[in-house]
Amino acid sequence: MSEFNIADLFRKPANQLEPGGVPRKPADDREQCPRCKQYFPRKRLEKNNRVCPSCGHHMSLSARRRLEAVCAVGSFSELFSDITARDFLNFPGYEEKLKKARDGSGENEGVICGTGIIGGVRCALFAMESAFMMGSMGAAVGERITRTFEYATVNRLPVVGFTASGGARMQEGIISLMQMAKISGAIQRHGEAGGFYLAILTHPTTGGVTASFAMLGDIIIAEPKALVGFAGKRVIEHTTKSKLAADFQTAEFVLKHGFLDAIVERKQLGDVIGRLLKQHTTEKKI
Amino acid sequence: MTAYEKVKIARDQQRPTASAYIGQLLHEVTLLHGDRNFGDDDAILGGIGLLGDTPVTFIGIERGTDLESRIRCNFGAPRPEGYRKALRLMKQAEKFHRPVICLVDTSGAHCGADAEERGQGQAIAENLMEMMGLKTPVISVIIGEGGSGGALGLAVADRIYMLENAVYSVISPEGCASILFKEQGAEAEAAECLHLTAQDNKKLRVAEDVIPEDFKHFHAMCLSLRERLLGDIALLSAQSVETLLNNRYARFRRLGIYEGGKGRSI
Repeated sequence: MSEFNIADLFRKPANQLEPGGVPRKPADDREQCPRCKQYFPRKRLEKNNRVCPSCGHHMSLSARRRLEAVCAVGSFSELFSDITARDFLNFPGYEEKLKKARDGSGENEGVICGTGIIGGVRCALFAMESAFMMGSMGAAVGERITRTFEYATVNRLPVVGFTASGGARMQEGIISLMQMAKISGAIQRHGEAGGFYLAILTHPTTGGVTASFAMLGDIIIAEPKALVGFAGKRVIEHTTKSKLAADFQTAEFVLKHGFLDAIVERKQLGDVIGRLLKQHTTEKKI
Repeated sequence: MTAYEKVKIARDQQRPTASAYIGQLLHEVTLLHGDRNFGDDDAILGGIGLLGDTPVTFIGIERGTDLESRIRCNFGAPRPEGYRKALRLMKQAEKFHRPVICLVDTSGAHCGADAEERGQGQAIAENLMEMMGLKTPVISVIIGEGGSGGALGLAVADRIYMLENAVYSVISPEGCASILFKEQGAEAEAAECLHLTAQDNKKLRVAEDVIPEDFKHFHAMCLSLRERLLGDIALLSAQSVETLLNNRYARFRRLGIYEGGKGRSI
């Protein structure tokens, strides 16, 4: 501790570089589009579901906002929200990261699950929260998604899932890897029972999530320019000592190589999901 | 022995590779090639052979035994066509009610632009889902390194065994160290934190059992492994398909440690 100085009590730190400083609040409530660099009032961006009004760039959207945006007003009802991570390996720094993620995102885990109505059709839903430890998948995320599929199987509902993840949560070691198998199994059973699963890949969908439930949809849709891949681009560049094209692992790239059904803009997602759900609703099926 | 020492032993080039096990465990072996779609991946050895008197389908990740074969096998890093070849052979096994034996030994699925273009993630994902529903017994043995999704793509099974010095991890200790600890020489600490040894995996119920290693008496070791596999196959084959698949799902279903979620609402 430095010497006590009474003057410090009466003066606010000027910027975050100064010890004890806090980031200065922006002059107005505006946010910059990371692509076209233009500023927009935050309210206007929110109203536009965080799609840049100028260049159409799809900015990150919280899981809860996503579900609100596609579900009929007031129809979303959350499930399994009491399931949260446990630091069962005593992994260094994990507790602190969880706390930071909870404080930063306002959510208690990296995925939100529940049921809702889209296009008049009741469905089970999950949406990953990229602001929660990069949407990484640990046992709690795995359990929530698995239960969502099991709930859908028992209640004969289709599943709509939004992915956004850096992959498995390494702080949970091998158990995080096992979630890939567990969820894939729940999808397999939902599918056996005739259930429809629509996967919507949002930026970024990578690693163990791509190598499991992101790629297992009956129909797989992605948002424009979303990063979709298994290995990290920089890791590949480093390993193979080559430079990769700018569009490598974009949704457009993945579509071209045959691994996506369609790319759909955010403003049309609700309609497209509703339409597909309706087209998969028959008396016989789930 | 520390966890990282085990990682080094698991990667030791002198260690027997999948082909050595196949040679000792099976006879009347026919190698089968190709994914019927794009190509043949030498990182995946597959085919049919007799385990005792029982025809089985075997699928092994082969690292290679000398420089030339290591390059040909891509050092045991399968590409999408390798996982698809494995799936093709598993589906074939299902049709003819043959048990499937997988031998896992990889630092991970191939990391490259070509693999991404051909859907590495999709290929592994499909294996996970299809293996969960495969209507024939599946047993996986991790003989060396079990590197993340690349290993899991052949390890959705009714029984998972790990050799004494094998490891199975969500990420390599090196990768974990560079992402989380951000300092040189943190691999050993990362290896410890990841709980990746065979003994850890047994404790976490990811592996059923640990198999003692005795490479000096490799033939005898394989004979004992063969007896164990035959015993399992007898037990698993006696089950109805429904029971087999329910048990397989339940086996993975219980792998999760978390807070809350009591009183399941289903």
